[in-house]
Amino acid sequence: MTFLLSVLLSGCREEVTIFLPEHVPVAQPEFTDIEGFYLLCEGNMGWNKATLDYYDYAAGEYIRNIFSYANPTVPKEMGDVGNDLGIYGSKLYCVINCSNKIDVLDKYTCQKKAQINIPNCRFIRFYGGYAYVTSYAGPVQINPDYEQRGYVAKIDTVTMQVIDTCLVGFQPDELEIVGGKIYVANSGGYMVPNYENTLSVIDLATFKEERRIPIAINLQCVRSDHRGVLWVSSRGDYYTRSSKIYAYDTRKQQLVDSIDCPVSSLWLDGDSLYVVSTQWSYVSMSNEFSYAIIDTRTHERVSDNFITDGTDKEIVIPYAVAVNPITKDIYVTDAKDYVSPGRLYCFDRYGVKKWDVRTGDIPAHFAFLGNNINER
Amino acid sequence: MRRSLVIASFALLCFLCANAQEGVLAHQVDSVMAAVGHGRLDSMQYIQNVIIYGRRPYEDVIPAQELTGKQLEGLNSHSVADAVRYFAGVQLKDYGGVGGLKTVDIRSMGTNHMGVFYDGIQIGNAQNGQVDLGKFSLDNVEAISLYNGQRSNIFQSAKDYGSAGTIYLRTRRPKFTDGKRDNLNVSFKTGSFGLVNPSLRWEHKLSRAVSLSFNSEFTYATGKYRFRYMRHYSDGSVAWDTTAVRQNGEVRSYRLEAGLFGVMSNGKWHAKAYWYDSSKGIPGAIVNNVWKHAQKQWDSNFFLQGAYQRKFTDRYEMMFNAKYSRDYLHYLNPDTTLMYIDNKFWQDEIYLSTANKYTILTDWDLNLSVDYQWNSLDATLTGFGYPIRHTVLTALATAYTWHGFKAQGSLLYTMVNDRSSARFDGQVVGRTSKYMNKVTPAVFLSWQPWQERELNLRAFYKRIFRMPTFNDLYYTDMGNITLDPEYATQYNVGFLYRLLADRGLLAGIKLSADAYYNYITDKIIAVPKGTGQYRWMMMNVGKVKIRGIDVSARTTLNLPADIILDINLSYTYQKAQDYTNPSDNGDGGTYKGQLAYIPWHSGSVVGHLNWHDFDLNYSFIYVGERYHTSANTRENHEQPWYTHDLSAGYLFHLGKTKLKVSGEVNNLFNQYYDVILNYPMPGRNYKLILKFDI
Repeated sequence: MTFLLSVLLSGCREEVTIFLPEHVPVAQPEFTDIEGFYLLCEGNMGWNKATLDYYDYAAGEYIRNIFSYANPTVPKEMGDVGNDLGIYGSKLYCVINCSNKIDVLDKYTCQKKAQINIPNCRFIRFYGGYAYVTSYAGPVQINPDYEQRGYVAKIDTVTMQVIDTCLVGFQPDELEIVGGKIYVANSGGYMVPNYENTLSVIDLATFKEERRIPIAINLQCVRSDHRGVLWVSSRGDYYTRSSKIYAYDTRKQQLVDSIDCPVSSLWLDGDSLYVVSTQWSYVSMSNEFSYAIIDTRTHERVSDNFITDGTDKEIVIPYAVAVNPITKDIYVTDAKDYVSPGRLYCFDRYGVKKWDVRTGDIPAHFAFLGNNINER
Repeated sequence: MRRSLVIASFALLCFLCANAQEGVLAHQVDSVMAAVGHGRLDSMQYIQNVIIYGRRPYEDVIPAQELTGKQLEGLNSHSVADAVRYFAGVQLKDYGGVGGLKTVDIRSMGTNHMGVFYDGIQIGNAQNGQVDLGKFSLDNVEAISLYNGQRSNIFQSAKDYGSAGTIYLRTRRPKFTDGKRDNLNVSFKTGSFGLVNPSLRWEHKLSRAVSLSFNSEFTYATGKYRFRYMRHYSDGSVAWDTTAVRQNGEVRSYRLEAGLFGVMSNGKWHAKAYWYDSSKGIPGAIVNNVWKHAQKQWDSNFFLQGAYQRKFTDRYEMMFNAKYSRDYLHYLNPDTTLMYIDNKFWQDEIYLSTANKYTILTDWDLNLSVDYQWNSLDATLTGFGYPIRHTVLTALATAYTWHGFKAQGSLLYTMVNDRSSARFDGQVVGRTSKYMNKVTPAVFLSWQPWQERELNLRAFYKRIFRMPTFNDLYYTDMGNITLDPEYATQYNVGFLYRLLADRGLLAGIKLSADAYYNYITDKIIAVPKGTGQYRWMMMNVGKVKIRGIDVSARTTLNLPADIILDINLSYTYQKAQDYTNPSDNGDGGTYKGQLAYIPWHSGSVVGHLNWHDFDLNYSFIYVGERYHTSANTRENHEQPWYTHDLSAGYLFHLGKTKLKVSGEVNNLFNQYYDVILNYPMPGRNYKLILKFDI
């Protein structure tokens, strides 16, 4: 009876309070021009669990779940499925895919300054005072086979209004801006098995699609090195055609290389392209992983496993990679089972683990904060 | 009051004379309690009831948790799903609203380990293994029974041995009084969510041995209700508070059922046709910036089934069941900002079963059951496997009774053959064939140490598996043809105490408690797969251990002024831990974490008060704190929820016609809660019910 009573007393509903950030000391303070980085955690679809974490180099502290504390009055917090993150000017742009919006935050306080509604928004890049965002949700065409092209939205970063849109291919993912053109990786991910296989090229000045460059099916990432070579990844069809990396030279306007290296996430740092991947093997019925570095000068794979201390065995699903442009520390995230909190691993430039910490669910997108760095 | 007690005593007497077997007493006490609890039943009806019970050759070694008659009627439940929440050990996953998906989970073993039987034959879903209990209206249901392990009555089909826990739904059988040849019942329900719910039942006596019943029901609801989410600052002031109306929850469903019921010397039979058709919106998850969805679903279910049972000699009794069913599901996502999905699925099932019981000695029986089932699934999916499954189940069981001791043992032999042929653009790209043979045992024991005292000690052990579903095996991209079955092993000890006190205030008491340990191995779970977002593969990697206690108590009180009060309590404690990934322990890890959506504490209180033609019912459901994943972190924490429901009804006698008018208030204190993350449940809601008996 007393047991029952105690159950009844302790079992009542409480008012749910907003989440306060959790500060986890993980490393010695470090002082460079880079103050910290934000890590956007996607959260499982329908769970409304996109969260923002921050690493503070000066304090050596990892700060988990900072959005609600900075924005306590925003109903239902950040939203559903964080898909991309970028810093431009004084703002941090968080692309929240299934909440159909971009939250524009102050890059230091994380207080929400604006919201840009774009349905099914995917990735963001910036150039010349504008933000460019890909979206799967172009206008609907009356068509018995129902096809819906995606588009790129052009956003004025002063007014935070969409001022123009440009139709591209089906389900456009990443985009890159180089040499006065926007290159958009069309995936066609909703069109299985009829994937897209092109990059769309949009002229920045006219904001019109100029042409399509065939690369490979189901394109995902596109990053430009400082020689104007685009590093484009294809997800493959998950069966017979495997995930690969392609190099497209924007100056020569031709495909210059393809490298057999599956890709989940890419990070370009100087001449090094860091690639992590998870590839399902129908032979072993398990995931196979790789942590590769490709030298963008020689197009050679210079490392097959940049994690040198065996920590890779602890990682369940390597999901994203980032590199500190100054210290060259390498960050790898583990998405685990997609529904549990993930982990962030920090390695030094030699691939030896420095620390690891629990993150939000599906830690995936990095943005470094600091002076004199290319904030994408 | 005096009359019912007289009836009770008379019945008791008849009963003890008719059959001196110990086990029967148990039913007797239940029946008397039921009769007393239900107030005024005329003596004929009651004695008939008892005699029917008395002729039942067996009683279950471990009786079911059961909801019947008035008790069921009083529960403010629209569907079977709402009613089973009152059973100990059951957790309901409810996505909210009239049309929302509602599945149950017994003792944390997972929905796929549950068998649901409708008039003695299992309702299958070879596609995903889940039966949406929200689709089954209580309108035509007379009794719901829940068995842990299996129904411990050996004279049953092989499928009855095939689940880790089973819910039996028994529809109303025609009963005619005073030489009546026709019964007509008409009811109408309306209330919150724009509910319009008329139903009609007609029962006709064709001959002394054969009767017919016809039942039809229509349900419409806008599914609109207010919900509210809020957060506070740590000082208690409000950070945000938002109220909205649930959209896209519109439901329209029709149900038609027709049955023929016959009796013969030493036997009985029935045949039934069932048709259900619904269209509904899927209200979806409420997330930031998305307050409504556009997804739609159409279901239709049709089945024909029949059962024949006859005692051919004193020693041999036979039962034959057959069923054909066809299920159609159409899912549409017309939201132009998302991936357009328009999928249709067709499932067919043919089922044949025979059970044969042979009495070797008076106290020793043997049963052999053989079932055959054929399933197929057709779909408008690219690269789908179009599977066909043949299943042969053979159950050999024996029951032995010796004084107060009863034992049953059974072995189930399952043979499954699946064939599939994956096609892309009409071309067959791969054929597979998969064979599987398994033997699984169960043992049930009960012991009544004192003949004069209704105390039963009981125990059971059962090992069973669930087959991977067609989706698990063949669904495009995520299906895994190499899957093995998922095993559930159960150990249970407990007791049941019953007291029939036919004097003073107390009419009777029933108290039961069970402690159990279950483990699930080779649990089929979705594992992230390869490159790209949100791709999964079904794998046999999960491992779960469940330790629990179920307690239930019932008492009936005869209060002054002819007031009868019936009180039911149930309480469940469950420690259901995820042992899947030993390396994921510590800091936010899942290892040994409490399973998703399983509360440590849950329970219910139901009070039913009867005074002449007036009924008052109060029910309370409590579900304690939970986590929505087995990573038990603060972000995954879910608050407890509890609802108070109240209903009152009065029976008017209008000549020969009876009219019952009832009103319900559900969620009296207007608690806004989620059972499933981001699927808000309705606050306070009302219902008015009119029932004519002609």
